[in-house]
Amino acid sequence: MTKQFTLTVQSGKNRLGEQEGFETIEIRPGDTLAIVGPTGSGKSALINDIETLAQGDSITGRRVLINGQEPPESFVREPAFKPIALITQNTRCLADLSVEEFLLMHIRARKSGRGDLLEETMNLANTFTGEPISLKSRMSGLSGGQTRSLMIADALVISDTPILLLDEIENAGIFKDRVIQSLQRGNKAVILVTHDPYLALTADRRIVMRHGGVASVIESTGEEQQLIEDLALIEDRLHQIREKLRQGATFSSVSAKVLMAPARQSLQLNRV
Amino acid sequence: MKLLIIAGPPSGGKTAVIRQVIKNLPEGSLPAFLKIDVVHATEDQELAEEFDIPVKKIYSGDICPDHMGILVLDDALRWAESLSRNILIIESAGLCLRCTPYTTYSLGIAVVSAISGTNSPLKMAPLLALADAAVVTKTDLVSQAEKEVFRESIRKVVPKIDIVETNAVQGTGLRYLMRRIADHPDIGPEQIKLRGAPPLGVCTVCIGKKEIGWKNHFGVIRPLDMPEPLYRGD
Repeated sequence: MTKQFTLTVQSGKNRLGEQEGFETIEIRPGDTLAIVGPTGSGKSALINDIETLAQGDSITGRRVLINGQEPPESFVREPAFKPIALITQNTRCLADLSVEEFLLMHIRARKSGRGDLLEETMNLANTFTGEPISLKSRMSGLSGGQTRSLMIADALVISDTPILLLDEIENAGIFKDRVIQSLQRGNKAVILVTHDPYLALTADRRIVMRHGGVASVIESTGEEQQLIEDLALIEDRLHQIREKLRQGATFSSVSAKVLMAPARQSLQLNRV
Repeated sequence: MKLLIIAGPPSGGKTAVIRQVIKNLPEGSLPAFLKIDVVHATEDQELAEEFDIPVKKIYSGDICPDHMGILVLDDALRWAESLSRNILIIESAGLCLRCTPYTTYSLGIAVVSAISGTNSPLKMAPLLALADAAVVTKTDLVSQAEKEVFRESIRKVVPKIDIVETNAVQGTGLRYLMRRIADHPDIGPEQIKLRGAPPLGVCTVCIGKKEIGWKNHFGVIRPLDMPEPLYRGD
């Protein structure tokens, strides 16, 4: 890791013109923050403000500081200096490139001369997806899950920035837990937009969005620990059902009862 | 008076950028707007209604729009001056993208959309190469990595160009362009000239002659198996 940064988001206004429900949000290395809220509540706009290091020039009027100051211009305009990597839901993927050409161009922009990162990126991407990606594939020919896996690996290996922003990774049909593990390595600050209860609750802080602005910031108190454990069991069960389904399994009403029983109860059953 | 020449392929977001520019001009700015297009344009009316500024429009019809721009630029400057305006914004719909509308003393701004394909900067190389700044629009529709790859692709054509990335509908990131505009000097005392030479001459196709085959035309012509064009006529 190159340099450590503290990122400060200063509040702006929501769609109704009201001041947002916080003054500043400080984000330090190693922090995990979840952004939650209904569709259209401004979640993507918030991470876009952070990605472009807005200085009151976006629709929300927020300002984003680095180490308490307006960041130097190069942080915004030069990929080689930019401390932020954003993985969006939008990956239109420049249609005319192969995976290899795309990654090499990005390496040239971010880390000129580090051609060795190509293989590392590909290997990591292929741990996130069940369908292997090849260097010769066209970017436009990748599936949603492959594209997302590649973009996450790209952010981790090629951009390798201290601040990572992720927009709804759970929707991509990828190995979510492997992605989360990879993200948490290296003391990065991770900010994720999510509708996934488990991801949202395990974050240190939750930013709650409403009407295009931040309504509140909830600090994790530890009281939600039991719920997190229950959710982990449910996740695990869902994972098992999903894998069985994928392999063509059918379920009887008895198996359904066992599979869908409340988490703690089934845990006790298992113990018996 | 400042002169801004904004060019780029159709639907790249030129007018959205101009809207933001007008909205964010420093106090005391008195803009006038000229739209140069081929057959149909409504931007002049839209901007006049939205900002209550003097506007003009000219259709180039059979003549290439950049060519038309050069022919009318002198008149346009005098028009804006007669209205005591201190900034003239010209929007040109580049057509073949070989010609470049930028002149000496102007701030040349090329507008390209981030979703136009990695090779688009190469396809419109002259339009970018002679500009002072490239504004990349629709960056909200692509991932950050794609945006950076697109930037790299522009840099391949013009290594040193000033690149500004924006979602022009919201105006994100345009503070860099606004600063560039604010710092740009007024038109100087000398004659304004084109920055680059346009593609060779005008031929009889350009003036509306419909026959096919080089034997039916004068001016700059080119048979299929000839490597270079040649001039035929007086």
